[in-house]
Amino acid sequence: MYTSGKYSSRGPALIPRMKTKHRIYYITLFSVVLLGLIATGMFQFWPHSIESTADWTLDKRSVHDAPLIRLPVSSPIPERGDLSCRMHTCFDVYRCGYNPKNRIKVYIYPLQRFVDELGVPISSTGLSREYNDLLSAISDSDFYTDDVTRACLFIPSIDVLNQNSLRIRETAQALAMLPRWDKGMNHLLFNMLPGGPPDYNTALDVPRDRALLAGGGFSTWTYRQGYDVSIPVYSPLSADVDLPERQPGPRRYFILSSQTAIHREYRAELERLKEENGEALLLLDKCSNLSQGAASARKRCYKGQVYDYPQILQARWFWEAYFSSMKAIGLTTLQIINDRIYPYAARTYEQWNNPPVVKWSSVNSPLFLPLIPPRAPGFTAVVLTYDRVESLFRVITEISKVPSLAKLLVVWNNQNKSPPEETLWPKISVPLKVVRTKENKLSNRFFPYDEIETEAVLAIDDDIIMLTSDELQFGYEVWREFPDRLVGYPGRLHLWDHEMGKWKYESEWTNEVSMVLTGAAFYHKYFNYLYTYKMPGDIKNWVDAHMNCEDIAMNFLVANITGKAPIKVTPRKKFKCPECTAIDGLSLDQTHMVERSECINKFASVFGTMPLKVVEHRADPVLYKDDFPEKLKSFPNIGSL
Amino acid sequence: MQARKKYVLLGLCACCWLVLFYWGGGVQLRLLRLLTRHRGDVMRPWPNWTDRAFLPRYAHLDELQTDPGMAESPRQRRQAWSAIYKDSRCRMETCFDFSRCRRRGREGFRVYIYPSEKNDRVSESYRKILASIAESRYYTSDPREACLFVLGIDTLDRDQLSGQFVPNVDERIRGYPLWNDGRNHLIFNLYSGTWPNYTEDLGFNIGQAILAKASLNTEHFRPGFDVSIPLFSKDHPQKGGERGWLVRNTVPPRRKYLLMFKGKRYLTGIGSDTRNALHHIHNGKDIVSLTTCRHGKDWEKHKDARCDHDNLEYERIHKKWWKGSLNSYFCVYVCVQAACIPVLLSNGWELPFSDVIQWNQAVIEGDERLLLQVPSTVRAVGNERVLALRQRTQMLWEAYFSSVDKIVLTTLEIIKDRVFSHISRNKYMWNYLPGGLLVLPEYSTHLAHFPFYYLGLGVTPGQEFTAVIHAVSPLVSQSQPIMKLLQVVSKSKYCSQIIILWNSEKPPPSRSKWPPMPVPLTVTDGRRKTTSRFLPHVAIETEAVLSLDEDTVLLTSEVNFAFLVWRSFPERIVGYPPRSHFWDPLKRAWGYTSKWTNDYSIVLTGAAFYHRYYHYLFTHYLPQSLRTLVDRTSNCEDILMNFLVSAVTHQPPIKVAQRKQYKELPSPQGTKSVPWANPEHFNQRQECINTFANWFGYMPLVHSQFRLDPVLFKDQVSVLRKKYKDLERA
Repeated sequence: MYTSGKYSSRGPALIPRMKTKHRIYYITLFSVVLLGLIATGMFQFWPHSIESTADWTLDKRSVHDAPLIRLPVSSPIPERGDLSCRMHTCFDVYRCGYNPKNRIKVYIYPLQRFVDELGVPISSTGLSREYNDLLSAISDSDFYTDDVTRACLFIPSIDVLNQNSLRIRETAQALAMLPRWDKGMNHLLFNMLPGGPPDYNTALDVPRDRALLAGGGFSTWTYRQGYDVSIPVYSPLSADVDLPERQPGPRRYFILSSQTAIHREYRAELERLKEENGEALLLLDKCSNLSQGAASARKRCYKGQVYDYPQILQARWFWEAYFSSMKAIGLTTLQIINDRIYPYAARTYEQWNNPPVVKWSSVNSPLFLPLIPPRAPGFTAVVLTYDRVESLFRVITEISKVPSLAKLLVVWNNQNKSPPEETLWPKISVPLKVVRTKENKLSNRFFPYDEIETEAVLAIDDDIIMLTSDELQFGYEVWREFPDRLVGYPGRLHLWDHEMGKWKYESEWTNEVSMVLTGAAFYHKYFNYLYTYKMPGDIKNWVDAHMNCEDIAMNFLVANITGKAPIKVTPRKKFKCPECTAIDGLSLDQTHMVERSECINKFASVFGTMPLKVVEHRADPVLYKDDFPEKLKSFPNIGSL
Repeated sequence: MQARKKYVLLGLCACCWLVLFYWGGGVQLRLLRLLTRHRGDVMRPWPNWTDRAFLPRYAHLDELQTDPGMAESPRQRRQAWSAIYKDSRCRMETCFDFSRCRRRGREGFRVYIYPSEKNDRVSESYRKILASIAESRYYTSDPREACLFVLGIDTLDRDQLSGQFVPNVDERIRGYPLWNDGRNHLIFNLYSGTWPNYTEDLGFNIGQAILAKASLNTEHFRPGFDVSIPLFSKDHPQKGGERGWLVRNTVPPRRKYLLMFKGKRYLTGIGSDTRNALHHIHNGKDIVSLTTCRHGKDWEKHKDARCDHDNLEYERIHKKWWKGSLNSYFCVYVCVQAACIPVLLSNGWELPFSDVIQWNQAVIEGDERLLLQVPSTVRAVGNERVLALRQRTQMLWEAYFSSVDKIVLTTLEIIKDRVFSHISRNKYMWNYLPGGLLVLPEYSTHLAHFPFYYLGLGVTPGQEFTAVIHAVSPLVSQSQPIMKLLQVVSKSKYCSQIIILWNSEKPPPSRSKWPPMPVPLTVTDGRRKTTSRFLPHVAIETEAVLSLDEDTVLLTSEVNFAFLVWRSFPERIVGYPPRSHFWDPLKRAWGYTSKWTNDYSIVLTGAAFYHRYYHYLFTHYLPQSLRTLVDRTSNCEDILMNFLVSAVTHQPPIKVAQRKQYKELPSPQGTKSVPWANPEHFNQRQECINTFANWFGYMPLVHSQFRLDPVLFKDQVSVLRKKYKDLERA
């Protein structure tokens, strides 16, 4: 009835009042139509969105569906290409701009099929499988953007990998027709065969304005330094190559020549070398007795003996990283251009060239310059304390006697209690600062406080009162000669427990040292940064949760990044002070020791290796225990065990 | 009527249906795009062509494998190229005669300097360059054996307005019979052309000569042929040179100014745009741009509103920071020395020694055109990077720029590496400590053969050592110290072989005279030269060398302990008896002392471990004059070795524990006077130390205040615990 009412309200103007019979008829008809429409809509929308969308429209296309573009004869031809082009003259760097990721954005033109006015294609192959692989790899990479306005580099979809299949003039015209061509600015062309026998070129002949060329077979005259990219020539056969692992031991051949089309002048020279050197030299050539084709291309022969090629070659890492596929070649090229546009974020020589084995085992100390820092700035003593005020004040008084002390920093780790009033603190000649922490954490000891203005930090517990002034000063002098190491007093050792099959912490007085306790140790402030911000895995939280092993963690960290052992100074073997009871001193508890063994195993697994280095030496003053008047020694008062 | 209405309505519905059906696709597509974009990963920008498996290969196999018969003869091609690629298109293979350098094998790289004529004015800088070459190990006075020729005419300053400008160079060089259109000639130049359009024109035709030029433009740079060198002033030291100014690695790297530009703001001419734009990034706090308009004589003609204020500001801060007038290229080197990090916005400048130095590891490079982005770029550089960059600038400064000697030698070594490319340094050697000049590729091109790369490569030093015993007295009795020494050393489990260097006047005794030993023993004739003990004998197969005097008294455990210490410090000398040097302000000379002191800077090589590479360096890096001095006096070889190693490492040697004072006991034979008791011997050493410091141009020796003892040395713990208990017996 509602419907009819609606009709009745509108009715008079459009449809005259109808008889009930007709009305019913119309309502029925309309409902059917409406239902039909809805059903059609449902039918149209639903089934397709259930189907895999990836296959829909865009990807269900053949290369033959690409739009056909007809090139007028008079279409403009780009200039030949300027040999003086460099990044700063021919490249529009404004398109790349500042970018927090320091990564260029690359746009790929959609595929078009270019034909001349007679309908003849500009290339005999069209899109090749290799170029398609290359463009697919780029479009899948982080370099890709589909927003042409944000792109820094443009890659035409016109395949110019092989010049022999191209009509040069028409290809050039096609390039010039690209909507963003703009004299080839920021366009990158990939070419591997710049012409064929008999007269090879060294660079693509197609006139290309200022476009960059990633080319195979450049000569130093056609290659524009810092502008073009020289790329390898990909062999379609290499897709199926499976290189074997190199056998251990010395290589069998000293020199191996595997190129087939060597000029006879070269071959004559190689033959002469072969005569002189015999077995060490292997000269391979095409196999004459095999039929032509892909199979024969993967064989090389020497005097009837057949070798698998390229398995006989043994330079694996470079090939796999940069040459093995069109993807590797394409992305390497983009990375090289990226490095030029963002030189301050460029990959280093080692990053490019070190095989993974070396990357894993090598260390590059962050403090690599051999500097002996001057004595004058002195060191900052950082005392971690909770509430042992009396002991703390004694430590402060003792340390203040060390000549090179520059500043004392007390880290007050007790949130429930305020540090004593200023007037109660011992009067010392160097600045004394107190920082209060938000949480009682062990890692607060290694925080890079702004108050630490010296390179050298002396971490010291609030109960270490047995170290003499000479001993501490000597420790600082030794640190100056080893600013990239931990320099500490009592040494500890890690051992491999063969029965348990795991690492063990050793606090016995042994002949070896691989760690020093940080209850009193000198180190560079930089390691505070590393400890606080770069400690791998969950080590830092683990230490804070267990209130233990912060010193072991620091030893791991420093040894891992520098590859060097800590330096133990003077005979000191323990920190047990006469008046401290066994319960009070943390490190004395038996369970505590078990936990420290666990720490070593945990840290070793987080670091993925055992970075600690074992040494058998400690540093003593030059004249230590020598038969020489004590008063003439710089550090006569070196304490005992 | 009714029927018509019915049909109209039906028709309308049908139309709607069709329209919806027709548009449906488009709507769906749009809707789909919306959905997929929302999900982000589904849309592939480059389609997965359905027929991608049927796409043709880009080339046929036979296109990739050519027929040798057709190709042009390589010999003819080389000849053709030499004719085409000349002058501005020179490359080593077309413009350089390699055969000249191969006449004497590896020794073939010899440099000849044309004698200068009487009336020639030679500037101070050029005189220093020539002196560096003449003193280098590559110098020859015989043009016939030379591989490289250097002009006697001063070509450093080719600014025609300059007082140093030498006219008629063209005519004169054409007159040289050896000129040969400049082939194998090396021409040094610092300035060419003049303001405002500094051109690359030298005012004479250099032909096929290699140009070693400062501030080279990439456009004129012949890659792999020319060498870009740093600009230096006439006061630049000949040798040694100041160390960098970085003495501490403060964290966070403290900087008052984040960015600083200092220089002349050219009002016209090249570079004026960028320099004007610098004004816009100046904020007075951490980014400072100091400019002056004073340049040349007629600057006032072009002066603008900013000039006067700028000039004042420039004078004020400039006085505080820099002395003297500096060219902006030169500014970079001051900066490198001062351990600030240069931010280079120098489009088209070929950086000095760009062939070998990885500048992006030491400076922040940017594009002049993106000047306004520089502040954000620089601010984004993290502390770790700053720390590394600063140290790297110092490393480069000390290795390649701090003296004229280093600049010139680096230039020569770069060319030599090109000539003998199969025995050349790689980039790692050039860019890591101690720098390319101290790495001789003739010794090895393999990084793991050098002691200073062990850590960087993650390799550990070898487990064995070779003992080299320097014998001067004839073998007369079986109780001679050398017999005891042989036994002690051969008992060490780390000893792999012993070499006796026979330097006595008597011929070496027959093999049967030597005691039987568990390790191979070789006797080599040293030809009675003191330096022969540091010859790189091929017989030395281990990395570690234990150098010994014949009368050294040692224990096996002392040897073992010192060897283990050496394995922790493979790039240093690890020895027993220490000595020290000091500056004597009264004599204004270096002094030498053998007294017991609280520090030391030398350990005697009469008993010391070091890497065998130092044998090679000693023999091939040090000049003949110093080695002759050592041979003539039969003295100071140990001091020289300490100089050399400390110059490489910038570190002191390491003294390890010893049982009793070495050589303090009277000689058991008591017949021959001991040379070190002789005051003449001592005076010689004093002189040596000054001669050596003079050659190095600075004092490389560094003092140390500690010695390394076994962990339980002389501790009050049970002897049973101690591994090296022998060391404590008096």
